[in-house]
Amino acid sequence: MRRRDFLRNTALASSAFMIPAFLKPFEAFAASEITGYKNLVIIQLSGGNDGLNTIIPFGNDIYYQKRKTIAINQPDIIKLDDMQGLNPNLSALKEIYDQGWMSVINSVGYPNPDRSHFRSMDIWQTASDSNQFLSTGWIGRYLDSNCQNCTSPYTAIEVDDTLSYAMKGAKLKGIAVQDPNKLYQTTREPFFKDLVHEHDNTNLNEDNLGYLYKTMIETYSSADYIQQTTKTYNVGCDYPQTNLGGQLKMMSKFINSGLQTRVYYVSLSGFDTHVGQQNQQGRQLKVYGDAVAAFIKDLKQTGKLDDTLVMTFSEFGRRVEQNASNGTDHGTANNVMIFGGKLKKAGIYNNAPDLSQLDNGDLKYQIDFRDVYATLLDKWLNVNNSLILNRNFAGLDFV
Amino acid sequence: MSNARNIKHLYARAGFGIRFEDLHDHENWSVKKAVRKLFKASENQEPITVLTENLDLRHPLTDAEKTKSKDDSYKQKAELNNTWLKQLSETDAQLREKMTLFWHNHFACVCGNAYYSQQINNIERANALGNFKTLLLQVSQTPAMLLFLTNQQNQKGHPNENFARELMELFTLGRGHYTEQDVKESARAFTGWAFSTKNGEYTFNPRVHDDGVKTFMGQSANFCGEDIIDIIVAKKQTAVFICSKLYRFFVNDVPDMDHVNQMAEVFYHANYEIKPLLEYIFTTDWFYDNKNIGNIIKSPIELLAGINRQFYVSYQNPVVLMQFQRTLGQELFFPPNVAGWPGGKSWIDSSTLMYRMKIPSTILNAGVIDFTGKANPEDEAYLAFEKKQQLNVIKKVQAQPDWDKFLKEIPQDTTREQMAEFMLEPPINKTTLNEVQNAPDIKTAVIQIVSTPEYQLC
Repeated sequence: MRRRDFLRNTALASSAFMIPAFLKPFEAFAASEITGYKNLVIIQLSGGNDGLNTIIPFGNDIYYQKRKTIAINQPDIIKLDDMQGLNPNLSALKEIYDQGWMSVINSVGYPNPDRSHFRSMDIWQTASDSNQFLSTGWIGRYLDSNCQNCTSPYTAIEVDDTLSYAMKGAKLKGIAVQDPNKLYQTTREPFFKDLVHEHDNTNLNEDNLGYLYKTMIETYSSADYIQQTTKTYNVGCDYPQTNLGGQLKMMSKFINSGLQTRVYYVSLSGFDTHVGQQNQQGRQLKVYGDAVAAFIKDLKQTGKLDDTLVMTFSEFGRRVEQNASNGTDHGTANNVMIFGGKLKKAGIYNNAPDLSQLDNGDLKYQIDFRDVYATLLDKWLNVNNSLILNRNFAGLDFV
Repeated sequence: MSNARNIKHLYARAGFGIRFEDLHDHENWSVKKAVRKLFKASENQEPITVLTENLDLRHPLTDAEKTKSKDDSYKQKAELNNTWLKQLSETDAQLREKMTLFWHNHFACVCGNAYYSQQINNIERANALGNFKTLLLQVSQTPAMLLFLTNQQNQKGHPNENFARELMELFTLGRGHYTEQDVKESARAFTGWAFSTKNGEYTFNPRVHDDGVKTFMGQSANFCGEDIIDIIVAKKQTAVFICSKLYRFFVNDVPDMDHVNQMAEVFYHANYEIKPLLEYIFTTDWFYDNKNIGNIIKSPIELLAGINRQFYVSYQNPVVLMQFQRTLGQELFFPPNVAGWPGGKSWIDSSTLMYRMKIPSTILNAGVIDFTGKANPEDEAYLAFEKKQQLNVIKKVQAQPDWDKFLKEIPQDTTREQMAEFMLEPPINKTTLNEVQNAPDIKTAVIQIVSTPEYQLC
């Protein structure tokens, strides 16, 4: 056994917090050397982000015809190729794109699209068919699949106060941690500690009381593990002073301190732009672009970018034609953005959306979103996608 | 099983828990009598009337007016939320409110207009113990539901299937008991169901109604929406589906299909009258089986209403209650999606469990859970910090429990064990009992009792 493996394994076998403080920097060093430990970061844009004003098909006249007042003017667009370009509020991502760390997958959706926020978000989070109701999320089912590296709750962390549907499986679920110190503090309540340590084994039955005690004990140890593992690491890069900036900074702390977490999840809302879209979407895209650019650059500096893959999705795109209130209504297919240091196909992954062949005024999807998930599961998380998606998807070629 | 135990169980499930003095008073009642009294107390109807203006009927022109409307809309949502939670916490019509909460989740609906939310809530309350078919029809024709399930866009030639699908999948039959063709055909029957944006009243719009022949569940005619509902309700599966949800709500997370079918028989033959069904549930033997006691995870609303009721809590800053609801994952009037809150184990994830165990002491004792076990220096420091923070917690939460009133009803000779048995539905374990017995005073013991995993169950 090599020395760093030995260190890593012992750190895992004993509770990390048992290690004397003077060994900590050493341990952090060992953890940072672990290669091949891959993280998936999911960023959810809630409200239905208008993909056509995000990655703009400026080369297609129809775009300007259908969006008389809300189209982005050509000179302001940050061109990626002859056909598509970035919304100017995403200017921070240009550098990331040029480095080959970003890929845009166009026209991602699913058959018989649902235009309800709730339903469509459920479909994306549970990876169901449009007429199928699943009670577990796709990341939750990944945890349930009992793969080698996914048995602890901290295998999947949502940087938030509550846990999304996507993160809940039938047996296992991720953990929601906005502030590891705060969660840790709630578990340190002496009275709770007593209940954790002195509980009767009969309390761990399969019934609901047993479930509560099990969850309490898991939370107790996860909160401890996360707090102890991450508390000494300081993020070296600057992040924008936004909520998302803070959340991605927290993720950077988690990733760089060597947390044994495979999936991170975070959401940004405010994309339901029926009215006065340009300003509202512009603001949110800036929050998004600036925070993601800071995150990617930070990970590059710490050497973690090759082990991290970021996926951004929204529950649906919006209609091609703008509405009468300088906004857009709920639509269908949308673009998915992927970031990472080791992309097989960086840049624009597939053809720009076809604006002439519409389905009732909406884009037709070209790529099933579950093919994107399948790629992440098969090639990044190393688990057979059919175990999680309930049937086999061929997947794509971006990693 | 003692009679007092059964009475306590009945009130935990059919209401939001029983107070000490009430249990003392009712403990020799027969179950039948207690059920009768519960219904009696719920004869009273208290519609929520806090919101008097439909903001959608305002037509703001200037920016200042628009801003005002937006602020007012926000205020209305908060007022409605607070008013209902207060009613859940304080009403004597416990069973009616409990069933209103059930229908609120069954007919899960999010509406940007709080006035419409209040209206659908009052319909659910008025029919909570009435007839399911009447309730279903009335709910389906509220602006809130028409908006939520986009039936305004359901028009002849462009049917929108949203409502038709949810009607069968979530409100009546459940998945697997209808075909895609049934969805398509019945959607046509619901075309023209709309409400007027001028006065917010339901209206049938014959101009967009498709009056052609539809084939639905093997029958063909030029059905209208009411006909479709009649056909669906005539299927016994609707009774089975509603009863299995009620079973999970009142009896056990895991449906026992024999019991569910017994319930469905009663419900179906009572023409979907809700009262006889509930009387049946609350008076059967199996409702009082050990395995059906103290095993349901309280919803966050049940947890909060139970604490408020038990300790006569009043709030100077009720916004804090909305924060609690959000933190715990159940904000009234904001179900996560059309399927409602899934309930059961899904209430619990790591953070929510810790908050659930911490919130009672936050409301009742400015966040302090005193502890008499082996405290190491870290524990001591933690407790000292908590006590230092008390003033901040008080300022933020501004909750006023009436401890005097609560303690006055508890007889001097009540043992700590009896106290724990009274406050908790599941049996108490040795560790907790030990703590509670060593607590310096009864108040500390009570705080400990409500800060346990056991207190999350009813």
